[in-house]
Amino acid sequence: MIRIEPREQTSRAFALGVPVLAAGVALALAAIPLMAAGANPIRAYSEMLRGVFGSVFAVSEMLTRATPLIFTGLAAALAFRARLWNIGAEGQLYLGAMAAVAIGSGALDIPGLFLVPLVIVVGAAAGAAGMVAPTYLKVRFGADEVVTTLLLNFIILIFLQMMLEGPLQDPMSLGWPQSAPILDQGVLPPLMDRMRVHSGLILALVLAACAQFMLIRSVWGFKLRAVGENAAAARHAGINVKRSLFGVAAISGGLAGLAGVSEVAGLKGYLTADLSPGFGYTGIVVAMLAGLSPVGVVIAAVFIASVFVGADSMSRAMGVSSFLADLVVSMALLCVLVGGFLAKYRILRTKRAEAAS
Amino acid sequence: MMDLLNILLSESFWAASLRIATPLIFGVLGALICERAGVLNLGIEGIFVVGAMCGWMAVWLGAGLWGGVIVAALSGGVFGLLHAILTVPLGLSQHVSGLGITLFATSVSYFTYRTALPNVSSPPRIEPFQPLDVPLLSDLPFLGPVLFQQTALTWLALLLVALVWYVMNRSALGVALKAVGDNPDSVDAQGLSVYALRIWAIVAGSALMALGGAFLTMSAFDAFFFGMVNGRGWVCIALVIFASWRPGKALLGALLFGAFDALQVRLQTEMGALVPGQVFLMAPYILSIIALVIAARSADYPRALLTPWFKGQR
Amino acid sequence: MTNNTVLKLNGLAKRFGTVVANEDVNLTLAKGEVLALLGENGAGKTTLMNMLFGHYLPDAGTVEVADADGTLHPLALGHPQAALAAGVGMVHQHFALAENINALDNITLGSEPLLAVRRDRRAAQRKVQEIMARSGLTAPLDVAVGRLSVGERQRVEILKALYRDARILVLDEPTAVLTPQEADTLFANIKAMTADGLSVIFISHKLREVLAFSDRIAVLRHGRKVGEMPTSEADEATIARMMVGADTPKVARQVATPGAPVLTLRDVSLAGRSKRDTLRSINLTVHAHEILGVAGISGNGQSGLANLVSGLAVPTSGTLCVDTTEITRPSPAAMVAAGIGRIPEDRHHEGIVGGMSVAENMVIERLDDPAIQSHGLLRRDAIQDNATALAQAYDVRGPGVKASARLLSGGNIQKLILARVFEQSPRLILANQPTRGLDMGAAAEVGRRLLEARSRGAGVLLISEDLDEILGLADRVMVIRDGALLEAGTQDRGKIGLMMAGEPA
Repeated sequence: MIRIEPREQTSRAFALGVPVLAAGVALALAAIPLMAAGANPIRAYSEMLRGVFGSVFAVSEMLTRATPLIFTGLAAALAFRARLWNIGAEGQLYLGAMAAVAIGSGALDIPGLFLVPLVIVVGAAAGAAGMVAPTYLKVRFGADEVVTTLLLNFIILIFLQMMLEGPLQDPMSLGWPQSAPILDQGVLPPLMDRMRVHSGLILALVLAACAQFMLIRSVWGFKLRAVGENAAAARHAGINVKRSLFGVAAISGGLAGLAGVSEVAGLKGYLTADLSPGFGYTGIVVAMLAGLSPVGVVIAAVFIASVFVGADSMSRAMGVSSFLADLVVSMALLCVLVGGFLAKYRILRTKRAEAAS
Repeated sequence: MMDLLNILLSESFWAASLRIATPLIFGVLGALICERAGVLNLGIEGIFVVGAMCGWMAVWLGAGLWGGVIVAALSGGVFGLLHAILTVPLGLSQHVSGLGITLFATSVSYFTYRTALPNVSSPPRIEPFQPLDVPLLSDLPFLGPVLFQQTALTWLALLLVALVWYVMNRSALGVALKAVGDNPDSVDAQGLSVYALRIWAIVAGSALMALGGAFLTMSAFDAFFFGMVNGRGWVCIALVIFASWRPGKALLGALLFGAFDALQVRLQTEMGALVPGQVFLMAPYILSIIALVIAARSADYPRALLTPWFKGQR
Repeated sequence: MTNNTVLKLNGLAKRFGTVVANEDVNLTLAKGEVLALLGENGAGKTTLMNMLFGHYLPDAGTVEVADADGTLHPLALGHPQAALAAGVGMVHQHFALAENINALDNITLGSEPLLAVRRDRRAAQRKVQEIMARSGLTAPLDVAVGRLSVGERQRVEILKALYRDARILVLDEPTAVLTPQEADTLFANIKAMTADGLSVIFISHKLREVLAFSDRIAVLRHGRKVGEMPTSEADEATIARMMVGADTPKVARQVATPGAPVLTLRDVSLAGRSKRDTLRSINLTVHAHEILGVAGISGNGQSGLANLVSGLAVPTSGTLCVDTTEITRPSPAAMVAAGIGRIPEDRHHEGIVGGMSVAENMVIERLDDPAIQSHGLLRRDAIQDNATALAQAYDVRGPGVKASARLLSGGNIQKLILARVFEQSPRLILANQPTRGLDMGAAAEVGRRLLEARSRGAGVLLISEDLDEILGLADRVMVIRDGALLEAGTQDRGKIGLMMAGEPA
């Protein structure tokens, strides 16, 4: 017989070790599909390492990739802390991006000192609206936000296509569904010469630090944690649960919107319908790997970005499909789930004396 | 207005509605079984993809159409089993596990497809299910084209509605399933295994979901594309709430949805000049959200939904 | 042993982590006997019975059950199925019923093959009706269990066991949810069934019913059996001492003169979702220096009344005043601000946030207090010092104030809540089932704190389903039934019992 027993207290080392272990196990498990694809796993892993850390350019690419994941990871982590299941970061990202190009690609020709903050604020507001609406449906009508945010992702993506073939379309694009470029003074400046890593990364890091501080040290964070851990007790204690939910919804959606702003204004310069290869969904994995801790999100985002960038370069070198990265990421999520279980419970093999008759 | 009436009265419109509804019927029934047993299965979107890919690939490798259907169901069952292990004996978050299954199942399918067919420019095609064309019955006015010129998979879906209804409402198994989703202790105290009931319900439900995916590659289309499931799984999760976990209402919900989708395609061709086509594409998803909002408060949720249960911890 | 023995527990032991729930318990049961298993909360009564029924796997020990011929056989442990097959039926304190299916389906659940295509419902129905006629226990069979009354649900639970041909019936606190009169009927039914050869073990901590209805008494304390005697040789004082291990701590109370009203409800109605939270035009006044006890059977509007006073529910009509000020926009925060201290019924669910620290839980109701925060940032040292002081003053024991509150025992969680509430010197204290599930020591501590607050000048609204608790603490008693509140005008347990049941006193 096997018995499951809750642990008295999870040790800190164990809680920190679980995500690291899960990431390792997921990478190790990836050897199976690699071999199935006829590749030598050891060579594949070293190709991946080289692709991420082999040069300054590679590291810059990895950090560029990590930037939107920090934003969407924070979006998921904060919302999940309040047990608000925001699965709609993908859609909110595009809302932010649309707002950014709507304002930043010529509508307002003002100096960068004003334009950049304006683009950031409006993009965040658009993303926030994208999460506040489903939260309203949840609070007012009891409509499950998991389903509504998932469905909103599709609605927003179609809306995006409509905009890119309509009001937001670049007249110079020769009919391609893409927006006009962000004005030069509205661009988030790059951090290094001839590298793609841009100041969106700095914004992401600052926000991660803020989120960590607010979550642990502020009354706002106290309330948010209480609502997430036990909404009934929080309500009983006089905390305005709905206000907390709307607050975190706005911040979560806003962060996801900033991912879109940062991609458009920091990296691509203009908006297309394939701006995000699923950053919103991957953000959920980032948040879970981070144990819903904002600082952890930064580390987890770097790991996931490394997997993607590494797999891309491995794919080019060895001809193995780069869907391998998605495979690793999804396995990491499942592994961290199981690891979280092992941190909370222990599995005992029960021995008992034979029944004496 | 005349145009709308013409559309609603046409045979082809209703035939299309049923065709579009078919994968949703499979999916809603699958989600219904899982949730009746007390487990939300957000793996549905990925399981659709797996069913679509595996069913198609089996046929492409020469397994025959029904062989493909079986392979699809089995592949769905495997991913369902994974979700079941994570959420039932281990009691992990059903939300996160389900999303994990969706990501995992999707990436496994895409990776396998890409690895098996590395360098194809256009996706290879199979010979899909053909409309049954039942003699005499297909010649009935109206009903003939609507009902009797569908493929065997549509008929299978309708048959499964009846079967699931019978099991849920007339069999001891259905009583046990409903009980385990309402209060697992009631099942445990009577000597039945909560774990076994829930695990099998998820496996069976996931197999049905995979059939929904298989319909896409083996009946609606004849090839596998990336992104072809396109949120159909999530729509099913909304529909099952709308249906209050009842098979009859699930069929109704899927048909309404199919009719709406068929209508938007037709309206798009009629009125495409006036309104951008995307407005119509968006409509089904918006409809799902509206259905969810309407049903959310009135729906009688299985009381134990989302709550893990551990043996010996009552 | 005589061949009259139907059940033997030999040296059963069970521990959860480091907590010993049962240690070397031996017990026998004779055919047709009613054995009362007595003990405080946490003495290990329910754990013992859950091992017998297969919900828990014992760490040591064996169980033997007699077959229909009276021969004892060892029972396979850890399998409810085996216990059912051996003729052991158990009625849990928290009913194990599915509410979305009807009583007949609940009764037959698990006794039919799951994969059979057809069910013979008519035969099942006949058998159940036969049992109902024989035992006198009746319940509607074709209504969803969610719509049945508590008494009916309990009868369905017993019918479930009898349907499985139980020869041994275990009842866990069967009278907790019944009126005294309903309880009497239940025991009369049990007597009739034992005459038919059924053997019964019932778990209780109520001395009165144990003495009145059992043949033999076994007492558990700290997981061990500490005494066993025929009921005819037992008296209240002896068993009480056996249960507690010392004389019961008596709560001393002095006479006090009620002061000015601190809480007044005038014609308050509440449209709830069910009977448990519906109130019909109630009037109530709690004065300073007064404990007002509200007695009633579970689910008669107590939740509604508690939600109202704690600010969770907004009255549909009527007025609510604290002191002389009307509360026009009730909310939990408004009630705290008005000086109402609230001890919630479900301390795990509403009282604490288990995942947050003991220290954080101690300040959760006063996050606006400048002593706790400045400019929206928490003053962590102040929170820490506050927690250390309160843990000391209220004897909250556990792994420390920085540890998660969920790691505290039930009694210590209640002390945490008491500390949080009493430290604010509230004008009125709402105590909803404040001692439920606590051992006698912790319960006495709660009573002492309530009386202390009363002598300080606070009013106390004590809602309890334990009539003995109310009679021990309250200055004045009201009865809640079907959402209406009646002045009892007496401290006589029999008359109050009749009012609770809705019969003319």
